[in-house]
Amino acid sequence: MSSVRFTRLLHAEWIKLRGLRSTWYTLACLFVVGLGITGLSMSTAGADHAALTEAERQAWDPTNLSLTSYIVAQLIIGVVGILVVTSEYATGLMATTLTAAPRRHRLLAAKVVVATAIAVVAGQALMLASFLLGQALLAGQGVPYARLGDPGVFSAVAGGGVYLAAIALLSAGLGTIMRATAGALATLVGIVFLVPALAGLFPSWLQGLVAVWPTRGAASVLTTVPDPAHPHPWLNLGGMCLGVAAVLAAAFVLFRRRDV
Amino acid sequence: MTTIDVRGLTKRYGPDTVVDDLSFTVSPGQVTGFLGPNGAGKSTTMKMIMGLAAPTSGSATVGGRRYRDLPVPLTEVGALLDAGAVHGGRTAYDHLLALAVSNGLPRRRADEVLARTGLEFVAGKRAGGFSLGMRQRLGIAAALLGDPAVLIFDEPVNGLDPEGIRWIRGFMRSLAREGRAVLVSSHLMSEMALTADHLVVIGRGRLIADTGMGEFVRGAGEGAVLVRASGADSFARRLTAAGAAVRGGPESSLVVSGMTSAEIGKLAAYHGVELSELTPQRPSLEDAFMELTRDSVEYQGARA
Repeated sequence: MSSVRFTRLLHAEWIKLRGLRSTWYTLACLFVVGLGITGLSMSTAGADHAALTEAERQAWDPTNLSLTSYIVAQLIIGVVGILVVTSEYATGLMATTLTAAPRRHRLLAAKVVVATAIAVVAGQALMLASFLLGQALLAGQGVPYARLGDPGVFSAVAGGGVYLAAIALLSAGLGTIMRATAGALATLVGIVFLVPALAGLFPSWLQGLVAVWPTRGAASVLTTVPDPAHPHPWLNLGGMCLGVAAVLAAAFVLFRRRDV
Repeated sequence: MTTIDVRGLTKRYGPDTVVDDLSFTVSPGQVTGFLGPNGAGKSTTMKMIMGLAAPTSGSATVGGRRYRDLPVPLTEVGALLDAGAVHGGRTAYDHLLALAVSNGLPRRRADEVLARTGLEFVAGKRAGGFSLGMRQRLGIAAALLGDPAVLIFDEPVNGLDPEGIRWIRGFMRSLAREGRAVLVSSHLMSEMALTADHLVVIGRGRLIADTGMGEFVRGAGEGAVLVRASGADSFARRLTAAGAAVRGGPESSLVVSGMTSAEIGKLAAYHGVELSELTPQRPSLEDAFMELTRDSVEYQGARA
């Protein structure tokens, strides 16, 4: 008889996720909140643009403006990634799951792949929808807007999807390490929001670290106008992926070693 | 036939030895009761058998293989470790389907085990609304998915109502009759008396007894004899003089140990004492169990 195949584990994880109402509520929330933010922030863009100086108008980046929904989207995607692992610890289901799939690295890989696949599909769809909605609103107000074929636009929209997928991977890793939803979510918020927000309070010797803080630079892939602080945003995104890989590596080691 | 073999199994958490050099075998075709006071190491032992906790030393194998080396584990071992371990937002069917799919079992197995555990009418209901008894059944349904030859139940009757307890007892007996090896843990001797054929008793992680149920009862030794006699006080003195231990029983009766009822009867006849009752007291399994594990109870209540 054949052993527990990876595709079967993927299928089983998908059955578990798809059967939960919370999965669909969370994804619905992702689009409502994400597009809501895009809609609200774009609604005054016409007035904002009129008030800009000529120099500021040079830096007018309609693509980036429409993609700001990623800020909240990363939290919601993060919750999906965290819950794929921590919901099983919270209910005690992890023991049952591991008796069906005792080769733990395969099981965790299946969970991570399913969470990331959802993040890629939902994140990419949200980024595209945000872009289209945002540009339509800008066009309606008669200010400069972007089209999908414009230089840098495709890269920015696709980059947003990649960024959100990386956040899903990070969240699944944090969920595995912490084994608790609250702890993992607090850590995620710390990484993506608090460190960049509090950067100004840190002593100067830490500023160097903050300057290369992965989620900060990586988010500049969402721009079409070069950001002088991050001249090579895809390199920053690559750096963030390396950081995520390190977290995941730790998660796999701990998941294999720990008693359940 | 598949057996569970536990050999020299030891688990330490820091300075605490939770399971200490434990060895026993669970054979097919019978229910093996795994008994011990709370905190004796039963659950930890079961987790090590299931590959959920790593032994510090020793081994636990199923059919000669470590759990994690079983190619399709659900077809060889089924376990109910924690009845609460279901996601409240998932339907009973989805819970079972995900497990079945992960092991490549056909979808109809989910329907079959739901029917066998009497849950077919709540298959599409979310487990969050289930009573403890229904969750217990769902856990057992999951254990049966792969039609395994070895079944492991950790405290399956805990918190169940009498109807549920009776159902589980009968169910475990029927699983053993089908030739499966069934390991059931409990901290209640009275429960095991009704289900188990064989007993493995542990206390503080160590093996105390590994014996058939019948031997266990006989090994509990002769019980006391309840005696009612005219002039109980003077007869008590004569009994003590003859080497028996006597204490006062209910309603001015005497509880005599160290002599058989025949010997007590002879002594009464010799002294012309009139007996109105002479009843051997069978030692209860509960007493035998308490006697065995007295030194290994984690937290002992004060003597009443």
